[in-house]
Amino acid sequence: MSLSSRHLLGLYGVPKDDIQLILDTATTFREVLERPIKKVPTLQGKTIVNLFYENSTRTRISFELAQKRLSADTINFTTSTSSTKKGETFKDTVRNIEAMKVDMIVVRHQSAGVPQFLTRITKANIINAGDGLHEHPTQALLDMYSIREKFGELKGLNVCIVGDIAHSRVAMSNIFGLKTMGANVSVCGPSTMIPMGIESLGVKVINNIDKAIAENDVLNVLRIQLERDAGRRIPSTREYHNYFGITSERIEKNNKNIVILHPGPINRGVELSSEVADGPYQIILDQVTNGVAIRMAVLYLLGTMVN
Amino acid sequence: MNIKAKIIDEEGLNRTITRLAHEILERNKGSKNIVLIGMRTRGEYIAQRIKSKIKEIENCEPNFGVLDVTLYRDDFRTRLKQPQVSVTNITFDINEKDVILIDDVLYTGRTVRAALDALMDLGRPSTIQLCVLVDRGHRELPIKADFVGKNIPTSIDEEVKVKLKEIDGEDAVYLIHAPIKN
Repeated sequence: MSLSSRHLLGLYGVPKDDIQLILDTATTFREVLERPIKKVPTLQGKTIVNLFYENSTRTRISFELAQKRLSADTINFTTSTSSTKKGETFKDTVRNIEAMKVDMIVVRHQSAGVPQFLTRITKANIINAGDGLHEHPTQALLDMYSIREKFGELKGLNVCIVGDIAHSRVAMSNIFGLKTMGANVSVCGPSTMIPMGIESLGVKVINNIDKAIAENDVLNVLRIQLERDAGRRIPSTREYHNYFGITSERIEKNNKNIVILHPGPINRGVELSSEVADGPYQIILDQVTNGVAIRMAVLYLLGTMVN
Repeated sequence: MNIKAKIIDEEGLNRTITRLAHEILERNKGSKNIVLIGMRTRGEYIAQRIKSKIKEIENCEPNFGVLDVTLYRDDFRTRLKQPQVSVTNITFDINEKDVILIDDVLYTGRTVRAALDALMDLGRPSTIQLCVLVDRGHRELPIKADFVGKNIPTSIDEEVKVKLKEIDGEDAVYLIHAPIKN
């Protein structure tokens, strides 16, 4: 069994077997993470570049840990300390890095399509760690893995994504992945944050958060991204919290079996109340642990692929 | 499958496993400090059978785990197919234990090398002893088994296939003609 593509650019169009293989492989690495020595020699001699043009804590650390635990050599590139400041173009930067013989590139960029572009100008395996408003496939995979760990399977589950759907690459990847795996996906948020025509992706729109909690098994709650101008689409974060924030009262009133996911970083008191963020319904830190296992699985499957 | 000979049948296999269990107990002076670790896939079932034999003999069950060595292999760059990984399941401490590593066929010794590395990452056992159902020769590394069910001298274009009820529906060991394709 191996993946059908040598890159991971998004989950759109990725076959069910591939997603299944990544999730199953992650189970192996989840076990490695529980060992006293959390390291295996599998990617010895492979060189991986983490090309991060946009800020990130979780994703970058998670990828780096995953790479180190597979014994790969890693280089971290961040724009603030690079020659991008001297005016070098993206393409030249990448060409130069590739000339130093790298095998894989993990890329995050503010523009959608950059990972796709990289596949045309380098021979390395490309992994998308978030591109603009397009996709963030490893986040969706770790979300699906965490849900599957909790419920056993994804098929038939009701999952609602809550928040700024229109400006979320996490939402896009989750919708594509979950639909492929046979889950029923809905979205919930203020109408200014729900893209027109989202129903064409086979997604239901729910306008009321109480209804969303009552009707679903899982809520994947997105962060209100003030850096992406979320302030222009809602009157205030306090008002957002009043209408769409998840609180213990709302959970207890509507559905005590709900499972809450959040990709982090959390705005406490906006999309989640502090009580919910630390409470018994959420699996937010499991998601973080699973994130390393999922990224190890993706790196392993792409890095040992027979060309 | 081009079968040349059936080397061990169902009864023979049972006797061999009984003997191996006795040998392991004799060498280790009982089952007190031993743990059994089977290597995926068939080593797991052989280890399970040795475990139940030990229970019959000593009336005490040693710890039992399963090891997957895929992540430690040395042939990622040369294989034609990507190997599928599965999960290692060893839930007990192997520090200061006498680990009995169990596999079906000992051939080049490369899988055992990988298993040794994998075990070292899990702890520091006081000894590791290798138990195999069949030793077919042609070692490529300096590795020797402590307990051998049967030595079967083979030529390079032969293969030894161990069949077990748990996965193959029968208990037997076959010698097969399998010319190497280049």
